[in-house]
Amino acid sequence: MAEQTALADTGASGAGKTDAAVVRDALGVGVAVGLSGFAFGVTSAGGGLTLPQTCALSLLVFTGASQFALVGALAAGGNPLTAAAGAFFLGVRNAFYGLRLSQLLALPRAVRPFAAQWVIDETTAVALPQPTRRAARIGFAVTGLSLYVLWNLTTLLGALGARAIGDTDAWGLDAAGPAVFLALLAPMLKTATERAVAGLAVLLGLGLLPALPAGVPVLVAALAAPAVLFLEGRRGRPSANDTAGEDR
Amino acid sequence: MNTWIAIGATALGCYAVKLAGLLVPAGTLERPLVRRLAALLPVALLAALTAQQTFADGHALVLDARVAGVAAAAVVLVLRAPFLLVVAAAVVVTAGVRAMGG
Repeated sequence: MAEQTALADTGASGAGKTDAAVVRDALGVGVAVGLSGFAFGVTSAGGGLTLPQTCALSLLVFTGASQFALVGALAAGGNPLTAAAGAFFLGVRNAFYGLRLSQLLALPRAVRPFAAQWVIDETTAVALPQPTRRAARIGFAVTGLSLYVLWNLTTLLGALGARAIGDTDAWGLDAAGPAVFLALLAPMLKTATERAVAGLAVLLGLGLLPALPAGVPVLVAALAAPAVLFLEGRRGRPSANDTAGEDR
Repeated sequence: MNTWIAIGATALGCYAVKLAGLLVPAGTLERPLVRRLAALLPVALLAALTAQQTFADGHALVLDARVAGVAAAAVVLVLRAPFLLVVAAAVVVTAGVRAMGG
């Protein structure tokens, strides 16, 4: 979603983009996604994590999908390291965002450890399509800052709110997690390859659920990615889809 | 305690991969196969997680109000609604179905 917004906006304004226009793009994404920290706070508290644990996740992990995955796995009674492994594998994509951003932003080495925490889906989606290095840096910084502040604030409010309302399931809040995953997944399903991976992963994730310890089926389902790539390679197409991952 | 271990491991791991991306010389991970795999890994994980959190109750698969909620979210997604609206649709419909005894 963030990606669509960012791309649409650049398309309209082109290379002569003002700093104010970049800030507007960045704030649009930062505020919209930042508010959904509320859903995370509620889900985490509803899953049995304490207030400090919930807030520590948003402050220190700060990559939404991994946070939801960890909380879901722990709530399902998963082993802590299995749960962390699932969250970690979801976070690996950020390394590839970092690669793209590091060339684009050309940050001094001393700044990189601080900028790293903001290397996520949304900042990448805003920064990559910007026409100049200056615009990309502004986009990255404003998206990162607004999202970090709001996400942590709404996490706190969500966790407090969950406590106040008691049974979060009665309010349908256990559906927030899967809805977030679905919203993140939908824009990725661009070609038949992605759909095949998703389909196989669903089958593995659900099929193995009764048989394996909590959290493990998701890790096995991750093998759908190399499996489909392997099958595609066997069919002798290094794949016309190579460009599909370009914007990631 | 176990929860804190999981939080610590996740925080360290997730920060390390973010930083690695910024520090590693450009081109190291730019091989097409590695890039493809990196793009497909979240697809597999997110699909499995969506399905599990919709249908799982412990080690059993069940059909309950969540299915209606996530289906509503899918419809709203197809209509290209913003992120928050997608999540809100899932929550409201799930709560509604439960309130009606579903």
